[in-house]
Amino acid sequence: MILSPLARRRIAVFRAHRRGLWSLRIFLLLFGLCLCAEFIANDRPLLIRFDGHWFAPVLHDYSEDAFGSQFMPMEADYTDPELQATIRRHGWMIWPAIPFRYDTLVKNLPVPAPAPPSLRNWLGTDDQARDVLARVIYGFRLSVLFGFTLTAVASVIGIAAGAVQGFYGGSVDLLFQRFIEIWQGMPQLYLLIILGSIIAPSFWVLLIFLLLFSWMSLTGVVRAEFLRGRNLDYIRAAHALGVSDLAVMGRHILPNALVATLTFLPFILSGSVTVLASLDFLGFGLPPGSPSLGELVSQGKNNLQAPWLGITAFIVLGGVLTLLIFVGEAVRDSFDPRKAGQ
Amino acid sequence: MNGTAPLLEVHGLKKHFPVRRGLFGGARGVVRAVDGVSFSIAPGETLSLVGESGCGKSTVGRSILRLVPPTAGEVWLGGTRIDRLPTPQLRPLRRQMQVVFQDPFSSLNPRLRVRDILAEPLRNFGLARRGRGLDEQLVELLETVRLPADALGRYAHEFSGGQRQRIGIARALAPGAALLICDEAVSALDVSVKAQIVNLLAELQARLGLALLFISHDLAIVEHLTHRVAVMYLGRIVELADRDALFAAPRHPYTRALLSAVPLPDPAAARNRIVLRGDVPSPLNPPPGCHFHTRCPYAFDRCRSEPPALRSFGNDERPHLVACHLDALPDRSAA
Repeated sequence: MILSPLARRRIAVFRAHRRGLWSLRIFLLLFGLCLCAEFIANDRPLLIRFDGHWFAPVLHDYSEDAFGSQFMPMEADYTDPELQATIRRHGWMIWPAIPFRYDTLVKNLPVPAPAPPSLRNWLGTDDQARDVLARVIYGFRLSVLFGFTLTAVASVIGIAAGAVQGFYGGSVDLLFQRFIEIWQGMPQLYLLIILGSIIAPSFWVLLIFLLLFSWMSLTGVVRAEFLRGRNLDYIRAAHALGVSDLAVMGRHILPNALVATLTFLPFILSGSVTVLASLDFLGFGLPPGSPSLGELVSQGKNNLQAPWLGITAFIVLGGVLTLLIFVGEAVRDSFDPRKAGQ
Repeated sequence: MNGTAPLLEVHGLKKHFPVRRGLFGGARGVVRAVDGVSFSIAPGETLSLVGESGCGKSTVGRSILRLVPPTAGEVWLGGTRIDRLPTPQLRPLRRQMQVVFQDPFSSLNPRLRVRDILAEPLRNFGLARRGRGLDEQLVELLETVRLPADALGRYAHEFSGGQRQRIGIARALAPGAALLICDEAVSALDVSVKAQIVNLLAELQARLGLALLFISHDLAIVEHLTHRVAVMYLGRIVELADRDALFAAPRHPYTRALLSAVPLPDPAAARNRIVLRGDVPSPLNPPPGCHFHTRCPYAFDRCRSEPPALRSFGNDERPHLVACHLDALPDRSAA
């Protein structure tokens, strides 16, 4: 793909924005690591060599009696000391850096849960004896994936709605705009809580709930771009050439409108992460047991005697949001004609 | 020109824009941008529509093209009435009439290459040849407007104003239009470039038999390429005549004032400029009677109450239509 000079200048401005560039790099690194969470934090070994056979428990479920007839034909529990001893006698195994999943109960804790950070649990455990670091890794992944999905779907809906509004203008625009104003005036959190208490939220149900309100974030700017665009002469010429409305919108106006929306995306993403965390904190978010940053915040609040919970939640959540905001600022600056023009 | 069936006929075209206030405020008034305009254009003929800015001449063009829906009146294109035609039926007819806009910078999409700009109408009307053939077709188009073939791969902003206007003309010619509406097509260009574009249009007209509706405020340019001239004032045509008749012997006081304002190349030339008093009245609240009476040096009582109809002077072969209560204009020195 050949980039236009303007796009190249924008990228140059973004790259010159060191804080934003590094924030993006750190964020992508963390996100990339968390995408492979199963290989970093898991309660089963990465690789087992057993009697000359290879086993990859991370990728495949094995029956326990594969490791000797003294075991039952059920799913192998690699945290079982007896199984571990048997495997070590017949070969070797490699564990992930963190031998816990987000839902693994840590056995043989020296103190009642929540246990403070130790060599075994780097960030301690929460009040249900689950490893905090493992939960943070899975929770980060879930939050960001949720945020990405929500942002993507909300943007598509928002851009389509704003495009129709701005393109047709007149009474379509008028009615739609009044509807949006009313819809925006709704107390969103209360409605989400009410909805969440009626229908048990899963990942996708929660996504749809949040979509009810988050699609509006982009309609305004897209509408404005289309209102401006539809009066340009080349749009008139396209109409005179009999180009269909859809093609005029898609080929002639949308590319300009997308530039304006791009600057909003990092902020919408951080907003999505925040709203998910706040719902989880209140207990109306993802189903219980899900690894979630909001749930960690609420544990920190309930267990003030275990400050590692609150501090971890604060640093992780604050860190993610800060990184996204820094990236967003850099993107915004790179699309600023006053800066990109220099 | 006369005798052949007209390509475009416009009867009593009106375009009123309602002016609203607030959310539920009803119409506070209407801007009568075009208020009953009738004319026709024969194939291969040029009709110029001249007038001050705000007189509605661009709105006439846009209403014919159906870029804005006309309020009333009829528009016939090649024997089909198009002003009420639903969009799907109108689409194939759009091939026959195309538009060239004033601003060569905003009339071409800055994100598209010339190839895509020119290919769009071809693809749209199913005229594009397949594969290599399309490029040949596009190069032919560029040649008609005297642009080099290597322009295809470049963006519109890499060209000068005159070249961009040529691209705009090529785009309008692409679907094989019989009528070209030039909406101030040369007004934004430098004088030398202006002449080139005017010559190009004249040449294209001779070669392709194009009919032109040339919308302009510049009488000096109009004189060079038009067959007939229609002068508009506040949404109405006040005078419509053959070029020679109109430039030699204008019959409407407004036309006479416009002609006297055309700059002459010779600074020593004796001239008798008629300077109109006041501004153009608002089309939101046009004066009763003859719209021009507020500024007309010869206005009398009848002008203030009764709008003058277009009356024909001259012969049937070459009608000279004038909307004035006066049968003959007083001598110039009387002004």
